[in-house]
Formats: sequence, C-alpha cells, structure tokens
Amino acid sequence: MALTGLDIYKLLPKTNCKECGNPTCLAFAMALAASKTSLDKCPHVSEQAKETLGGASAPPIKLVKVGKSGYERELGDEVVLFRHDKAFFHPTCIAIEISDMLSGTELEAKVEKVNALAFERVGQTVSIDMIAVRNDSGNPDTFANAVKAVADKTCFATVLISEDPAAMEKGLAVIGSSKPLIYAATEANYEKIVELAKKYDCPLAVKGEGLDATAALVEKVAASYKELVIDIGTRNLSQALAEMTQIRRLAIKKRFRPLGYPVIAFTASDNPRDEIMEASVYITKYASVVVMKADEKSQILPLTALRMNIYTDPQKPSQVEPKVYQIGAVTKDSPVYVTTNFSLTYYTVEGEISGSKIPSYIIACPTDGTSVLTAWAAGKFNGEKIAEFLKACGIEDMVSHRNIVIPGYVAVIKGALEEKSGWKVTVGPAEASGLPAFAKAHFA
Amino acid sequence: MPVQVLKERNSSKVTSITLGATKEQGGTRTGTITVGGEASLPFLHFEGEMPNKPVIAMEVVDRVPEEWNEELKAAFEGVMDSPAAWAKKSVEEFGADMIFLKLQSADPELGNSSPEKCIETVKSVLAAVGVPLAVVGCGIDEVDNKVIAAVAEACAGENLLLGFATQENYNTIVAACMVHKHTVIAQSPLDINICKQLNILISEMGLPLDKIIIDPSIGGLGYGIEYAYSIGERGRIGTLQGDKMLALPTLGTIGFEAWKAKEANVGIDEFPGWGEQAERGILWEAVTASALLQSGLDILVMRHPEAVKLVRKNIGDLMVPNSL
Repeated sequence: MALTGLDIYKLLPKTNCKECGNPTCLAFAMALAASKTSLDKCPHVSEQAKETLGGASAPPIKLVKVGKSGYERELGDEVVLFRHDKAFFHPTCIAIEISDMLSGTELEAKVEKVNALAFERVGQTVSIDMIAVRNDSGNPDTFANAVKAVADKTCFATVLISEDPAAMEKGLAVIGSSKPLIYAATEANYEKIVELAKKYDCPLAVKGEGLDATAALVEKVAASYKELVIDIGTRNLSQALAEMTQIRRLAIKKRFRPLGYPVIAFTASDNPRDEIMEASVYITKYASVVVMKADEKSQILPLTALRMNIYTDPQKPSQVEPKVYQIGAVTKDSPVYVTTNFSLTYYTVEGEISGSKIPSYIIACPTDGTSVLTAWAAGKFNGEKIAEFLKACGIEDMVSHRNIVIPGYVAVIKGALEEKSGWKVTVGPAEASGLPAFAKAHFA
Repeated sequence: MPVQVLKERNSSKVTSITLGATKEQGGTRTGTITVGGEASLPFLHFEGEMPNKPVIAMEVVDRVPEEWNEELKAAFEGVMDSPAAWAKKSVEEFGADMIFLKLQSADPELGNSSPEKCIETVKSVLAAVGVPLAVVGCGIDEVDNKVIAAVAEACAGENLLLGFATQENYNTIVAACMVHKHTVIAQSPLDINICKQLNILISEMGLPLDKIIIDPSIGGLGYGIEYAYSIGERGRIGTLQGDKMLALPTLGTIGFEAWKAKEANVGIDEFPGWGEQAERGILWEAVTASALLQSGLDILVMRHPEAVKLVRKNIGDLMVPNSL
C-alpha cells in the first residue's frame, strides 16, 4: 500500500538537519510521499527505513525482461488503469505455443511458420514476440529436444512451459542463457523451480489459483526472487477480466506488492478465431503476455494492429515522414494527391489510393501530425504552406504535369494554392472513402 | 494474507433505453430490446450490475452495395436486392438482435429514392422481421430531413431508432422522434464535449434522455480505434461519476469502419504477408467489435455473419457473472 507522508516521517531520523534541502523531516516526508524527491537525499536514514521506503517508492508494477539481448521484451512497469490518463508503455507480448509432442520435420515446419508471423503494416514492422514450448509429452528429454529445435531456429524470446522441475532443468540447460520465461512455479513445485530461476537468472512465472492463492504464493516466492510474472490460473474469460482488472487496480492504486508484477494470460478455446477474441480482451485489459495456439497470419495481424493502437501514446499524434510517397508503378503522368502527415489520415488516403489501382503520388505535408481540418485551422495546411512544400519535396522533378488534388474539406484554399504554386488544383472528395470513385472518374 | 479487494462505489449508471414497440405498446414488433443500465465499467459484474447485454444490429442497405467486399457480398448472396429478404436472413439465419437499415438509395447519386419509396422499404422490413429496427438516411442533411421525417410519421409508434442527429442538423429528426414516438441516434465526431453538448441541445428540445442513443463515432481497427476506445472509457467513467448528459447507451458502426480498412479487403495475392483475406476480414471486424465492447459499446452495427457469430460468443462469455 502507498505510504502517506506521516508513515514515512515515522521512519526518518526526525533531526530536522536540513541536509536534504527541506526545512524539516516532515517536509521531506511529504515531498517523498508525493514522489517529488528521493530518499538518497537524506544522509542519515537507517538501513531499515531504506528497505521499507525503497520498496514503497518502487514502480507499482515491476519491469521484467524476457529474451536474449537484441530480441528482449520488457513487461510491466505500467502506471495507469486507463490509457487516456497517460499511456500504456509496454505492449502485450504475443506468444505462440508449440507442443513438444511435435518432432523432426513437423516441429521444424511449425517453428518456421511461427517465425514468419511478422508483418509490414502502416510503415512499420510488427511481429509476435515469443514462442512458448509446452511439455505435453511429460518427458524431460523430449522437452529439451523440442526446446533445442526451437532455440536453433528462432530469435524470438521463449517461454518454457512445464511444472516438472526435471523437465525445466533440462530445458534451461539448453536455452537458459537466453533468458526464457520459466512457466511456472506452483504451490507444489515452487521451491525447486525458484532455485532454477536463480541459477539461470531467468524471469519466472508464478501460477496460482485465483487472487488470494496467487498473492500468497507470490509472497512466498518474492521473499527470495523478484523477477516475476503472475498467472492467476483463471481461464474463464469473464472471471479473468475481473481478476486482471483487480490486479492492475490494486497494484496502481494501493501499491499492493504481491500483485505488482506483469500478468500472463492464456487463451482457453480450441477454436483459433475464438482465441483471437479472447486475446483481444487480454490486450485491452492488462495482460503483459498472452499465450495462444492460433498461428495463421490472417489471425495474428488483427491482434498486432489492436496492440499497436491500444499502446499508442494518446498525447502524441502519430506521424509519417513528410515527403512524396509513390503508390504503385508511377510514371511522369501519374496523378498527385496532397494530404497531411497525420498517420491516420495518410494511411487512410493511401489505402484508398492503392485500392483504386491507379498508380499515384501522395504528398504528406508537414502538419505536425494533425488531420486535414485541424491543420488547416492552425494555418499549417493552407495555400502558402502547401505551395512551399510542393517546391521543397521534389515533386516538380517527378511529374511532367502540374495538377494536384486537395482534400474536399479544404476546398477554400484552391485559389490561394493555385496562385502561390502555379499548379492547377482539383478539389477531391471530403472523405477518403470517396477517392476510388474520384480516381476512376478523373484518371482512369 | 487474503487480498483486500478494491471495489469502486459508483454513484450513477447508464440510462436504460428500450427500442421497438410491441402491439400493446403501439407498434408491431414481436419483442423489444433494452440496452444500457450498466452500473460499472464493462463486464465488471463484481462491482455493478449489467442488466442488459450488448446487442448486435446487422446492417441492411436499400440498394445493392456493389462496393462491398466480395467476401461480404457472398454471405448475403441472393438477398441483397431485397432489404426485406436481407433483413429476414440476418435475423433468422444469422441471429441479429436488431436490423440497422440504411436508406442509402435516397442519395441523388445512388438512386434518388423518394420518401414514399423509402417508407415502402421500411414497411417491408418491418413486415419481414419482428425485431426492433434502426433506420438511418443517406448522409445528406437536406435529403435525410425529408426521408427520416416521412419514415417517422409513417411508422408512428414503432419506437424506431432513427439517425443521425448531428450538431449541425438535429431539429427535424428530433422533432419527428418526439411527435411520432421514436428514439434518436445523436452522432458526434469523436469528441466527448460535442457528444455531451448535442445531448443537451436535444433534451432542451423536449426529447427525454431515455430516448437518445449516442453514436460517438468510432475508428476501425488500425485506423483510430484507440480514439473511440478512450472516448468510450471516458464517457463511461463520467457516467458512473454522475454525469447525466453522458449516461446514455452507445452505438458504433463496426462493420462500416472495419471493412473500410485495407487490411480487411486486399487479397492474399496482393499482400501475401498478411495471410488469407476472408479470415482476415472477418477477424478485422470481430476484433474491432471486441475492443469497443471493452470500452462500453451497447449496440454494435455489424456486417459479416461469421464476425457476428464470434462477437455473440464473446458477449456471452463476458456476460457470465464474475465475483471477487
């Protein structure tokens, strides 16, 4: 639970020595409670107070790292319940499960398929993050072989799924240096599994059954090892949503330490489409890792898009680089469209233009990532500014004509733009969805 | 140590609104639908009741939407030239809770249908299905003011859900709803302040708040869904804290937004890296719905029957009571 200024004051030397820069110890305590200063400013604080207060000032949800360097993923360290309060920082990792019942070429083919779950979309490359190997066989050697086959073929971080310490030990012997996530310590096996986690210095998932049991088990484990991820063990979607919301709430609002760790979720359905639906709930509501079996590109792409959207910073409009974009096999006669560099606007326009199947240029003007009307209202998307960028962006050398299409919402700038640039301006549709019909009518 | 569960004590809840009217109530529907009433964030049954499940309204258009994706059109093959048959199939075969009828052919460029023709279409759909009906115009204010007013009068007492009232154009449609006993869709452009302002303007005209459904506008998956998601959350939080002018059920045109995305439409031949199109399109729509269910949407306007099926199961799973 978060400490109040008075709680902190009780632990300070109460000498009012002023060496911390505050007039009194109480003032210092108040500043600490408000996270406006740090404990190391006090030269006289006792070791015991440091331990108690250090814990209280740690982030509400621990940052845990999984995977070898270069392919490492960071989990947790979130500070809000709602993205509009600040932002979500560490996107949910998507982990695809592989059974150790597969072997030989079958296993190789499966790893290759999962490895290929990377996508180019809206100018970015996104992919899954982890491969989870599950010890379905119950045999430690079979598990180790499967782990090795996966480790040989993938750069993704791995999750080792087995509650059998013997199997886990064999798996870690193969891949322990790449920081896999060990899944899982349970009430039955935690002493042995924690020893393995310490030995290999790997993050460890603690699996309980419901909130109370999980918190109790985490407390036992955390007494000696703190690189933890939580699984509440609940697979019923509604109950899991309630519990995962509660975990985030207790961690952030109450600084409840036993639940202040990233959370891992598993889809329960055997139907890949239903798994995607479950996973979409876990991406919006607080999972740091979601493990699933669905492995088709067509199924994973929508999830990566959702994750990207939910984890964008609401305070920072996403932008594309202001420049000329070539859509399709353009020539010197291809039409030229102009829009803003707000990525949402740009990619909506780009989608429609490429859908029109008529090779075209799109000029994304520098508008600081604002949309057409906002940019126009702010004077960033008027005749003068667009004319300047027409000169600067190099389009004059790319096409032999001087015709440009502007968004319908800024029809009023037509005159000024023609005058300043010398280009002939055509007013396009107000909504991007009108572009294919417009393109067909004007340029086909 | 047992966990001290933290429950929010919410002071207020979403207004419950009933759509459609049975014979006894002055309409012809075989059943009505009630939406809203939530006293917590979405599906957190442990701290507030959620008396009504979110519902799926399937979209029907009064002209053949040639521009729709082939995959979508295939699902409605043989019925797209008849709104009544299309609606009937949507309800009987695909389990739609409601029908969302778009009178697009009123657009001078898409058929220029007269108000009389539009009334005929609405009546044919009312005759074909027993579920409540939402009816919206073609999106051109002058046309819609004539068409929707005429439909409101011709279907007086049905408690249709009529749209769209916007900040620029709400008088005619709101008056029609008041006089002929319908419910209105108040549409705002992804802006919670305009959303609230419009509800104030409409209720100042005399339409009670329990006759207003909010369409806050949404972005589809990949194209601005996060704005809609956060506006949904902010609206629900405001509602729970007692803001009456936000405390209304919400509607989102999921199918329309999702199927605008390139990712839902392009073939695997063009984008081999994105996988098979049919599956991708269906999930693009279903995940758009799923995310917005998590931010509090009450009425989901959808297109693809397979996406509808997935979302119905998702709603069912999430309506299972949870407790802490």
